[in-house]
Amino acid sequence: MSSHKVTVTINGQKRSAEVEARMLLVHFIRDYLRLTGTHVGCDTTSCGACTVLLEGQAVKSCTLFAVQAEGKTLQTVEGLAQGTALHPLQEGFKEHHGLQCGFCTPGMLMSAAGLLSRNPRPSEEEIRWGIAGNLCRCTGYQNIVKAVQFASDKMAKGG
Amino acid sequence: MSKTTSVELGGIGQAVKRKEDSRFIQGKGRYVEDFYLPGMVYGAFVRSPFAHARVKQIDTSAAMKVPGVLAVITAKELHGVKLAWMPTLAGDTQAVLADEKVLFQSQEVAFVVAESQYQAADGVAAVEVDYEELPVVIDPFKALEPNAPILRTDKKDQKSNRIFHWEVGDKKATEDAFRKAGVVISQKTHYQRCHPAPMETCGCVVDHNPATGHTDIYMTSQAPHAHRTVFALVAGHAGLVEHKTRVIAPDIGGGFGNKVPVYPGYVLAAVASVILGRPCKWIESRSENIQSTGFARDYHTTTELAATKEGRLLGLRVKTVADHGAFNAHANPSKWPAGLFSICTGSYDIPAADVQVDAVYTNKAPGGVAYRCSFRVTEASYIIERAMDSLARELKMDPTELRRKNFVRADQFPYATCLGWEYDSGDYHKAMQVALDAIGYDALRKEQAEKRKKGELMGIGISSFTEIVGAGPRSKFDILGLSMNDGVEIRVHPTGTVLARTGVKSQGQGHETTFAQIIAEELGIPESNITLEEGDTDTAPYGLGTYASRSTPVAGAATALAARRIREKAKKIAAYLLEASEQDIEWKDYQFQVKGVPGKAKTMAEVAFAAYTNPPPGMETGLETSYYYDPPNLTYPFGTYVCVLDIDSKTGEFKIRRFVAVDDCGTIINPMVVDGQIHGGLTEGFAIATMQEIRFDEQGNCLNGSFMDYLLPTAVETPRWELGKTVTPSPHHPIGAKGVGESPNVGSPAAFVNAFVDALSHLGVKNIDMPVTPWKIWRILREKGVA
Repeated sequence: MSSHKVTVTINGQKRSAEVEARMLLVHFIRDYLRLTGTHVGCDTTSCGACTVLLEGQAVKSCTLFAVQAEGKTLQTVEGLAQGTALHPLQEGFKEHHGLQCGFCTPGMLMSAAGLLSRNPRPSEEEIRWGIAGNLCRCTGYQNIVKAVQFASDKMAKGG
Repeated sequence: MSKTTSVELGGIGQAVKRKEDSRFIQGKGRYVEDFYLPGMVYGAFVRSPFAHARVKQIDTSAAMKVPGVLAVITAKELHGVKLAWMPTLAGDTQAVLADEKVLFQSQEVAFVVAESQYQAADGVAAVEVDYEELPVVIDPFKALEPNAPILRTDKKDQKSNRIFHWEVGDKKATEDAFRKAGVVISQKTHYQRCHPAPMETCGCVVDHNPATGHTDIYMTSQAPHAHRTVFALVAGHAGLVEHKTRVIAPDIGGGFGNKVPVYPGYVLAAVASVILGRPCKWIESRSENIQSTGFARDYHTTTELAATKEGRLLGLRVKTVADHGAFNAHANPSKWPAGLFSICTGSYDIPAADVQVDAVYTNKAPGGVAYRCSFRVTEASYIIERAMDSLARELKMDPTELRRKNFVRADQFPYATCLGWEYDSGDYHKAMQVALDAIGYDALRKEQAEKRKKGELMGIGISSFTEIVGAGPRSKFDILGLSMNDGVEIRVHPTGTVLARTGVKSQGQGHETTFAQIIAEELGIPESNITLEEGDTDTAPYGLGTYASRSTPVAGAATALAARRIREKAKKIAAYLLEASEQDIEWKDYQFQVKGVPGKAKTMAEVAFAAYTNPPPGMETGLETSYYYDPPNLTYPFGTYVCVLDIDSKTGEFKIRRFVAVDDCGTIINPMVVDGQIHGGLTEGFAIATMQEIRFDEQGNCLNGSFMDYLLPTAVETPRWELGKTVTPSPHHPIGAKGVGESPNVGSPAAFVNAFVDALSHLGVKNIDMPVTPWKIWRILREKGVA
């Protein structure tokens, strides 16, 4: 198995590691960079618990190899807050009870972040389609939708 | 006028934002897979491709040559340490690794341990197993036929595939009722095999320290204490003695019953850690999760109701064949082989009933877990609510009218059912009326009649369920002999803040917040000053864990009563500080006051400081206590759900137009958390009713063992839920609470299916088994000449 040095800029920091060609991006993020907020919930690219932003776009990190992220910019849930200031999406999830067990939450937040960056004022229907790649077993999504609306409103006001 | 709870205090009834959330929204939760210990190795399973086969040979030599592979464990090695078989929570035995033969597809055959998870997977691929196929038994009815091959040849006394026959009720009285009846209906249903599928799969990290003999087990456990005891019973001889074994259930990514049983992976990670002297991590994949651990339901039931021509219920007869798979690994209380299925008289005053359950071995994965369900209450609620609709149709009576006629009335509580339960409190008429008013029932029926004239399909489904939760009184409820009681410890620190620990374990329910609210209410200490810890058997008091909606009914009660014990001692200290006699001190407005002298008072924080700095002479220093709660009865949450849906008569596609859920869970601790749980439970009920079934072909191949084909609804399909409440406190629970997490999953499937059948009833449709998919509906419409 060939080995490759992968360097990424993740949450604003440059990080490198030597990995096998077959190493999945999610395992690189979790096992090598020890950013464990990104989760694995399935083995078929169905659940979205592993969603991160790659060059600003929401992707499922279980379905990319680490080497495909070489030289690129990544953002994970750990990079959402600015210092102690929570991202409006994080605030929205807490304010509107958009999470219970918390396992899908990081992926859900990153999908929603990807959605709001390309569509800052989504309708309810657009939010539901925007997070349709992310499964949640606890909330029934109703409060997640409210949380994303809260963030959209707050960001529109410059918050 | 006394003060009531405030936002600042965050007591009972406040929609306090959750303490848990801060870590979860920042990626700082710690789930089992997030534990990386120095020197840690990884385990993975070789699994059987066959549902029934003799294991002739396992060749591990190639696997042992794979780089990074450290060990390959088979049943042979496990026999060496007397761990080839383990007891299930249901009192059966289960092979930890296939011993001579495999009994279901995906059964664990060998365990490969390697330096990395990738190398463990390489090792799994290199293990060669020689199988000889055996006849497969998939249909539980065929499994009971006299000529069926006997599957459990490991059990010497097993002469058939029947696991148990269980019956309850009065056969003769029921026969009489059916003889006298003006109307009888019989309804066959299958509550299909489905899976809890929490977003986090099962797994563990086991760290055995050969120098000290201590073993730490980080584990996806809904019941850490019970699991530690099981480890000690099963593997005590191998070093896992109870006082040196620590089960740590950290953050758990959902459980829903999946994380109640003990699985082979836990045992093998422990064996690997003991053998290698290194920590071993085992995390199952999603496909492994669906195919091998903790399925639920699979009840084939015939339900018969007898009634007068006026619609007064006379008798209920229920016969079920329960498919338990290869090992009886459900997790019911020991004295209740079919769990609380005898709650199947539901919300109705039925004079006589006869209930029988036959459980059967088949070549399928083991289980029968209580999936978001208090031990088969979901199956029970489903059959009675479906049968009530069938009876209403037979009587040409509105289903709400039939329910109204037969509900246990509010003035009948406490109500003793003919099958031996004592319902604590309820007002079923009221809950149904609130739901019908919210949805505008009468107008919907008119609309439906008009639509039918035009050939349009619209259905309205009702479900008025009664739950049974909070197991339970130790005289009746134990698991492997362990009383189903829970402990709570509370420590009030000198500065008036609190640390509390319980024997249950949240998997998303929000105990850190809601149990803090109970203590806040009882002690007058703001919830923000209260920390609640769970899940570490070294520090938390004993308890049987979180499942079957038992946390609030049992541990919640223990929490309130432990806090009241704190208050008893605190009162003595307050009297001393206020220089008054104890009889003159009252607890009012969340502080101790001298009766009739409002200005003379001490807060709990002041008393706590004195408890450590200036306690009364002769009194022990400190302010802490514990309480183990043995509930006097179960609690009985209830509610009425109404579903309205529209079906496209040409394609069979449907849309849930509205769904109103009126729940009564007694006293509400945190309305935000309660509503969140109801949203989630309804969504799971919707999934079961319309999407999910684990199916097998004749060879026992699992046909939908991953998230590609075992469907979870996304935000797009999930209906918008409309919630309502009535509040009927439990008279025997210290704060009147009943538990709620499972009600929506118990009550909703029947509401959906009743709506589907209602939409098609004028075509002569009497039943559609779940999952009700557009394909199934389209085939019915074709058959009836509509589509």
